[in-house]
Amino acid sequence: MIAGMTEMLNSVGRRSAPDDAPGAASCDTSLDVASDTDPDPVLDPAVVPEAAAVAVPDAAPPATSPRGEFVTGMRLSFAAGLGMIPIGVAFGMLVVQAGLPWWVAPGLSTLVFAGSVELLLVGLMAAATPLATIAVTVLLVNLRHVFYAFSFPLHVVRHPLARFYAVHALIDEACAVTASSPGTWTAKRLLGLQVSFHAYWVGGGLIGVLLASVLPGPVEGLEFALCALFLTLTLDACRSRAQVPSLLLAGLSLSLALVLVPGAALFAALTGFMVLLLLRSLLARRRGDPAPSAPHVPSDPEVEHV
Amino acid sequence: MSETAYLLAVMVIGFGITFALRAVPFVILQPLRDSPLVAQMSRWMPVGILAILAVSTLRSSIGADLAHVLPAAVATAVTVLVHLIGGRRTLLSVGAGTATFVLLVNLT
Repeated sequence: MIAGMTEMLNSVGRRSAPDDAPGAASCDTSLDVASDTDPDPVLDPAVVPEAAAVAVPDAAPPATSPRGEFVTGMRLSFAAGLGMIPIGVAFGMLVVQAGLPWWVAPGLSTLVFAGSVELLLVGLMAAATPLATIAVTVLLVNLRHVFYAFSFPLHVVRHPLARFYAVHALIDEACAVTASSPGTWTAKRLLGLQVSFHAYWVGGGLIGVLLASVLPGPVEGLEFALCALFLTLTLDACRSRAQVPSLLLAGLSLSLALVLVPGAALFAALTGFMVLLLLRSLLARRRGDPAPSAPHVPSDPEVEHV
Repeated sequence: MSETAYLLAVMVIGFGITFALRAVPFVILQPLRDSPLVAQMSRWMPVGILAILAVSTLRSSIGADLAHVLPAAVATAVTVLVHLIGGRRTLLSVGAGTATFVLLVNLT
């Protein structure tokens, strides 16, 4: 069981990134670039923080005062953060419209801080979904985060509390922005970036809560934003014919789930899909297909990131 | 369980699992990077998981109201077309698709 879980944990793709904003798709691009070019990817910083921390700060560009570094981090947050506010507003409005108390919006955004799963949770909470289903959903939707550790410069942060926060606030956008300029990060700059992202997300949610409470009635149909987000991310993930078998297996799993267990279709479909992929992997091995040759960069050469 | 306790439990679970997913790899994932199964699954899973999420959220957007089927179909088409034609700018595609759905649902 443990082994199976570990496999599942590790098996989600870097390109999945079903998260909140535009940064999500581009993160994977940057990740690939980073792992291709960076000769010295994170050397297990959690285990040897001292050694790793010594190696890096020299690479930083003209570092100013600590406060200057923090401001630089804030400035670097603008581009990716711009997209987080409108989605945060939509999230805040949804919380109120779903009949949940307003503090659920800042609560989730502060504690969970992962856009797509928060939007999903609104619906699940409003329907009083069992906690076990919620746990599985959070696990599967957020699995992609396990791949962000490869490129994220956690080793520049030394204070234990700051490290804790840097890990907690490791969202798609933070991964994208840090991976796009490896070697330039200091602790203050990193925290400036992450605190800014967190502020956009929580602030957007609060604006949404206020907006929803002054509107005369609920805006029907707003929840389509989440569907639209997943549609665009699916399109971004599916750019070559190599992805078609997975898409078909997902369709098969979802169809079966909708027919057999319509009450828990999402959970059943995700689990079924995982099982089908493991079977596919077994079949491929039995047929003697070569295992992927370059596990370090599990990206498709045909895939072009635009 | 009272409603507040339930909501707090959801937040704590959401925080615990998400934080673990973010933190654990810094400790243990490094050696597993070379596993062929991990690499294979990481190429196969994303598109399917995203597609399942897309369809299941589409289904909940439609809900029990059959009058929402057509708006949902139109909004899906708008989202996809804007995304493919408009240079894959997520915010633009999501905005156009959502606006379409909200307008159609409220005006028809």
